[in-house]
Amino acid sequence: MAKRIDEMKLWLRQEIDKAAWGECAEALGRGEGELFALFAEVDRVHMALRGIGSDEPRIVTVKVEEGRYPSVGAHHAPAIRLERAIRDLFGHEPQGLPDTRPWLDHGKWTITMPLAEKRRLARVVHDTGYAFLPAEGEGLHEIPVGPVHAGIIEPGHFRFTANGETVVRLEERLGYVHKGTERLMAGAPLDHAAKLIGRVSGDSTVAYAYAFARAAEAALDVSVPARATYLRALMAELERIANHLGDFGAICNDASFVAVQAHCGILREEVLQAADIAFGHRLMRDCIVPGGVAVNLKKEGEARLRALLATISRDFPELVAIYDDTPSLQDRMVTTGIVTAELARRFAPGGYVGRASGRAFDARRDLAYAPYDELQFAVPLLQEGDVNARVWIRIREIEQSLALIAQVLDQLPSGAIKAPISSVGEEREGTAMVEGFRGDIFVWLKLAAGGTVLRCHPRDPSWFQWPLLEAAVEGNIVADFPLCNKSFNCSYSGHDL
Amino acid sequence: MSARLEKLLLRALVEKPATIAGPSSGDKAAKELAKTLQDSARRVLGRALSIREVDAGSCNGCELEIHALNNPVYDLERFGLKFVASPRHADVLLVTGPVTANMKTALERTYNATPAPKWVVALGDCACTGGLFKGSYACIGAVEDVVPVDLRIPGCPPRPVEILSGLIALIEMASR
Ligand code: SF4
Repeated sequence: MAKRIDEMKLWLRQEIDKAAWGECAEALGRGEGELFALFAEVDRVHMALRGIGSDEPRIVTVKVEEGRYPSVGAHHAPAIRLERAIRDLFGHEPQGLPDTRPWLDHGKWTITMPLAEKRRLARVVHDTGYAFLPAEGEGLHEIPVGPVHAGIIEPGHFRFTANGETVVRLEERLGYVHKGTERLMAGAPLDHAAKLIGRVSGDSTVAYAYAFARAAEAALDVSVPARATYLRALMAELERIANHLGDFGAICNDASFVAVQAHCGILREEVLQAADIAFGHRLMRDCIVPGGVAVNLKKEGEARLRALLATISRDFPELVAIYDDTPSLQDRMVTTGIVTAELARRFAPGGYVGRASGRAFDARRDLAYAPYDELQFAVPLLQEGDVNARVWIRIREIEQSLALIAQVLDQLPSGAIKAPISSVGEEREGTAMVEGFRGDIFVWLKLAAGGTVLRCHPRDPSWFQWPLLEAAVEGNIVADFPLCNKSFNCSYSGHDL
Repeated sequence: MSARLEKLLLRALVEKPATIAGPSSGDKAAKELAKTLQDSARRVLGRALSIREVDAGSCNGCELEIHALNNPVYDLERFGLKFVASPRHADVLLVTGPVTANMKTALERTYNATPAPKWVVALGDCACTGGLFKGSYACIGAVEDVVPVDLRIPGCPPRPVEILSGLIALIEMASR
């Protein structure tokens, strides 16, 4: 059973000066801590982090003076894209930032610095070129891919530099699906903001709504009825299983093994249909709300979920055995797309990307939010860091999630499913982190005295995974990129926001 | 072939198929199509349509349900519908998302690269109206604000059966 951490003490936020901020950045750069999030308000920049070996994550804040603050990315590479995004959205200048190219802003928005206080300049919409990093050398060629890809996947641009068949470098360009969600949330009533956050990344709609609800409850000191916490975990585990099944099948398909994908597709469909019957929506969108859950689980839904557990427990091990047993599959997966343990330490990627490369972090266990403090589960961990290791982490997580759902159904408390949520007449802040299928989702929320959202920042796990995909494909053949990519399955929408 | 794999494949022969019966084209979708499709566009295409999917800023929820159409339960291809990799091979563009400013050009280019006759389907609330992202500095809004739309399939996301009946209506009209 996981150790329950006092939630009130978690995520303490401290205002610090420029010198102390710089020291934090340097400590991160020396590998003494992990960066969880880096985001801004109109006059300040916040950084969520934790020291290595300490359980307690914290937030530190520095004032933006004359439009500037000391860059974290200057010392700690995982912060670079986050700071480029802050610059695009707020105009805050990170002093010393090594890469000052825009990131989310492609020069197409009707305004610049959309989250800044006053600067809402209309501007001529023009096509700004993007300076990809130069790659020079004999025999090198470039392969540009996207933003519209061949398959049914989200848009993004990949610039490969290859030497014959071998990828020498991959550079990603993202931001194509930036929807301005943070700006839409500012000023929105809590329930509307909850809907928006459920549309940040459709495959993680439960996890996002879950994190947002917990941040709101932390801000407003609301305690959620026990039944609601269990139902939330139930939905979160269903979402995890559905995504892992889909990706496991898709990875096998990318290695031309269609039979496994077909069977995974059927199992995934079973999960979504059971979710539909249990909660009224196949992806369980808008089912978790601040204060609790919007739909109760009835007898019919429970029966369907138990039947689902039986089906997956019967059929899934067979698919796993085939995966393990097929030399042509193993040949494609083993030693392909390696993320070294050293890189995983530096970037602190959540989810299977981290856990396949020796980073033992799972918010359900390490931050032990309810009801996971009362449930039994293991956090699988591997060291190899290749496609195969990421596949195995997902396989083991499906097994753990099945066991978790069984426990939830057996121990499901009775009673209310929602606590009343009301404003408290003063400005409040709340933070939460939830383990989505892809990794930890962080949400920071500031509410106005009247209860509307002043500022909300959701940080997708992909922020710390996308850069590692660039590293993982280096030295692999171009044809193995789809496999590497699928084994990560980073979110575009969650990242671009 | 491994014994395990053989067993798995054999099972498909003895068990009842996972595939469900196909939905009807649905009155609503058919009526809407009748409105939008020009007689001249109703060419016989041999009851087969190639679809190119374009994510123009979706949250990826719509894509998940489009993917589901390919699973053995819905088995899209039995209706003569299949997804293709290039717009140059497509009859239908299936577009999702509130058309982000950063994707507008890509959508226009994809549309222009698709040979006529072509149909555009706006899939999901975002593509139909801009959804919750309407009015954002970063979104154009409905797909029809960028390229002409022939069929709208609302929902957030629409269920696979709803997508299927919309597409079947389209193929019926297109091959008339
Ligand atoms: S309609 Fe819903 S599921 Fe589809 S892209 Fe929009 S928010 Fe996502």
